[in-house]
Amino acid sequence: MAEVGRSKVEKLGVEELKEIAREVRRRTVQTLHGAGGGHYGGSLSVVEALTALYFRVLRYDSSNPSWEERDRFVLSKGHACASFSVALSMAGFFPGEWLESFNKFESPLGVHPDMHKIPGCDMSTGSLGHGLPVGVGMAIAGKFDGKGYRVFVMVGDGECQEGSIWEAAMAAAHHRLDNLVCMVDRNMLNLDGPTEEVMKLEPFTKKWESFGWCLRCVDGHDMGQVVEALESVPFCEGKPSVIILNTIKGKGIPFLEGKVSSHYSKLTDEQVSQVLATL
Amino acid sequence: MAEFTYEVAKISNKNKFSEVITEIARADEEIVVLCADIMQSVGPGFIKEFPDRYISTGIAEQDMIGIAAGLATCRKKPFAITMAGFASMRACEQVRTDVAYPRLNVKIVGTHSGISAGAMGTTHHAIEDIAIMRSIPNMTVIVPADYTETEKATRALVDYDGPAFMRLARNPDPVIYREDYEFTIGKAVTLREGDDVALIAAGRMVIEAMGAAQYLAEKGISARVLNMHTIKPLDCEAVRKAAWETRLIATVEEHTIIGGLGGAVAEVAAEEGKAPVKRFGLKDAFSTIGDEKDLRRKYGLTAQDIARNVERMLN
Repeated sequence: MAEVGRSKVEKLGVEELKEIAREVRRRTVQTLHGAGGGHYGGSLSVVEALTALYFRVLRYDSSNPSWEERDRFVLSKGHACASFSVALSMAGFFPGEWLESFNKFESPLGVHPDMHKIPGCDMSTGSLGHGLPVGVGMAIAGKFDGKGYRVFVMVGDGECQEGSIWEAAMAAAHHRLDNLVCMVDRNMLNLDGPTEEVMKLEPFTKKWESFGWCLRCVDGHDMGQVVEALESVPFCEGKPSVIILNTIKGKGIPFLEGKVSSHYSKLTDEQVSQVLATL
Repeated sequence: MAEFTYEVAKISNKNKFSEVITEIARADEEIVVLCADIMQSVGPGFIKEFPDRYISTGIAEQDMIGIAAGLATCRKKPFAITMAGFASMRACEQVRTDVAYPRLNVKIVGTHSGISAGAMGTTHHAIEDIAIMRSIPNMTVIVPADYTETEKATRALVDYDGPAFMRLARNPDPVIYREDYEFTIGKAVTLREGDDVALIAAGRMVIEAMGAAQYLAEKGISARVLNMHTIKPLDCEAVRKAAWETRLIATVEEHTIIGGLGGAVAEVAAEEGKAPVKRFGLKDAFSTIGDEKDLRRKYGLTAQDIARNVERMLN
């Protein structure tokens, strides 16, 4: 598939986006396998969301990654860097060949993204709970400057066990940041087990609402629902928006889907061929 | 010995910082100030004049540093203020990962440095902050000695594009500089020439080093006094010169003797293979409750204590 790029000029339909998501998923599997294994689970659960962002929703210019009017995206759950890198390369920020170097010595691409090495990456991340405060800062800067850009932050559900997420949730509502969107990858799994066993998040939607956010829940693998939600922000004027993406960790690899072991896995060549044949 | 006297400023370094940043902000629209609920103590002038460029984060230091990082990615020049202990410890990982690692232009202002919070006790004293901040790559660490130097350092930090930590005491400090002088990040200031011992001090301890030099002079000992206002990047050349030109280097800081100014100077002197180093500071112990003057006496951080110990080491 050709590099697609520049969503600011193209408006792809849901069917086309589904095709791109399929390709993002395939390349993510290839990238992680090429790296000798990695975070399949959390990289694959966000494929539809990343595809909707980079091929329809976000305003950016891949030939000018630091374009000041661009929408910002912070991958707070930095360990999904594989699918993020695939999406960026397909969006035209850098050549697809870079993916072959993923995790290799001095590669620009590794387990967690570095903003100074990856064109199109707006913030270096990796330690969980950091991205939402940074997104709040970006959104405040946009308000200061009267700019129309939006800030999208992708957090994991387990990541919401970090207190700093809720400090930022409070700040975003306090500062009435309706230019900020938090996307939560609700795949129900921590590294150690189900989120509700590791550290209970429920009643999760009530938490966000009580912190002053406007909320929508969607099937994170239903492209139509994901696009519709992302295109409806802000859900309320004067309030930040949160989209709970109900997802399946490891989505697309049947033997990893919904399994704790999907968090970090190594697959055999045979397993990868089998997966690619079905994707 | 005749008692060493000095003039105490009418304004604390933290209050001076507040005045200066407000003044600079009049000409520089990109300056924004964040504070985790101590702005009334630092000085509310900025809030009154620039309410739209002030971001209160509440008592949430980690959030404050993250927000400052986000602002810096959008070309703002954020100054984030909290007590030095909270900046360096509560928000340590945000400082390291969100500010220093991406080399963002965030200035972190840590107030109530050393034991200047007095009776507030160990929780509010900052005796590890220099060591912590100094160990982080890309970080600049500045400890002004008085209000004039605080003003100079603040202006220098506005012009410097990168992460930095500035450490300011709670109360008015003694006056070191009676007039304007040129402040350069990373360049130590020789306040007194001497060739028996080099007293290298920072912040509130500079005046004690000056006093110690006076007491030592009465005993026929010639002490050089260096104001090492920048702990990182350290003026290694000034340390090497001191190592070669004097018989002893003594560092003085309101901080643990582990890893701060003393640590930084000792590293350079040791690699130079010359001149012993004596570190004055808190000796790997938590500080206690008390008036800051009593605390300095307890920890041997007065001019007399320093002079007495240096004299003993030289003889």
